[in-house]
Amino acid sequence: MNKFGFNIATTRSINLDSANLSKSAALQELVPSYRYCIGCGACSATCSAASMTDFNIRQVHFKFSRGQYDGLVDELNKCMLCGKCVLVCPRGVNTRALIINMRKLLEE
Amino acid sequence: MGAGPAGIEAAAALAASGCGVVVFEKNERPLSNITDKACLFPNFESADTVAAQLLAKLSHPNISLQCGHDVSCITSAGTDPAAGWRVDDESFDAVLLATGYTTFNAKRKEELGYGIYPGVHTSLELEQMIRNKEIRNSISNLPKRIVFLQCVGSRDEKTGNHYCSKLCCVTAVKQAIEVKKLLPSVEAYVFYMDLRMWGQHYEELYRTAQQEYGVKFVRGRISEAGGTFDGRVQIKAEDTLLGLPLRMTSDLLVLMVGMESSDGTRRLSTLCDICGDYGFAQSLDPHLRDNLTPRQGLFVAGACKRPMTLTDSVVDGRSAAFAILSAADNK
Repeated sequence: MNKFGFNIATTRSINLDSANLSKSAALQELVPSYRYCIGCGACSATCSAASMTDFNIRQVHFKFSRGQYDGLVDELNKCMLCGKCVLVCPRGVNTRALIINMRKLLEE
Repeated sequence: MGAGPAGIEAAAALAASGCGVVVFEKNERPLSNITDKACLFPNFESADTVAAQLLAKLSHPNISLQCGHDVSCITSAGTDPAAGWRVDDESFDAVLLATGYTTFNAKRKEELGYGIYPGVHTSLELEQMIRNKEIRNSISNLPKRIVFLQCVGSRDEKTGNHYCSKLCCVTAVKQAIEVKKLLPSVEAYVFYMDLRMWGQHYEELYRTAQQEYGVKFVRGRISEAGGTFDGRVQIKAEDTLLGLPLRMTSDLLVLMVGMESSDGTRRLSTLCDICGDYGFAQSLDPHLRDNLTPRQGLFVAGACKRPMTLTDSVVDGRSAAFAILSAADNK
């Protein structure tokens, strides 16, 4: 059938009804401090990788918690695991453990 | 005027100092803004217990409580400012306005669907459900998801209320915890613009909600709500920390309605010429003379001035009693 070059656009919108939150639930078990984040951005401000790449650990964390897993492995590979983010977090989130475990869960 | 926390506390302090006090209350019973609550933040003390303790203060022999009396007339007793006041047919040396607040009428935010879709409720209605320990969705089933929306009728140019109602943030956190206590499997989301946890132990309560109850917080204001065919509510917002639009359905949408000046506050403060911004009563200055007004013998206390918590109102009532006694000494 000729579609005259038209196709159906996919929405950018997050749909929490259909999102797969299973990995996010699993991460909560592995790193309980995962859910304490208040989105202040101290982690992404101090991030060594962020000064050289477009890596944003705060956004990756939120995308993961909303079940938006596409492209996150490539993002997480930009992290050098220096751990500065753990030092600055006002809520005591173990961000380094978060990154390692997010990577593991995404590769499963 | 008004048998709320500020009025009662002021009356009790004045009575203890030997003054004769008449408390006018327009409702049939005092403390209607406390007795409709289940528990109080931040320590989950029963609202009924606190109300009973406040009510006991009214039993002082120097206090006469007149319920069901909606004051219609307040005037100076004479041309001399020191002549005192007349309230309806009685004369007094001093008048204390403690006429309190009311909550924002959520129907004014039509896009949020209150009064249109059965799954949309105000925070007061949810409080009633928590009080009755019976939280149900619009088709009488146990809800699986509940969404709270902050700043309904506060910080909003469109409703004309630019101010922050200041206690809705912690109220939503408190209610989310209470819901999770009653129904542990419920998913609870709070949509906020800023979370203003300004009081002692409020920030800790927010943390407890995240840590122990798994309440989820999303930074973004819900722009609109619609009904689904099965009586639930579909909402649209932006997850502003991700910069992505977000939608979801929920059994219940709870609108955290802000505080507005009550009808009595508007009417009586206008009558006394002390009506300020948004219909709240205006004190002489907010720092050192916050219970005084430009008119001699007329005092103000509590949430008739601005949004206030129970604790603030009680302290302000006591402070007003002190201001009244000082004014009497200087007379």
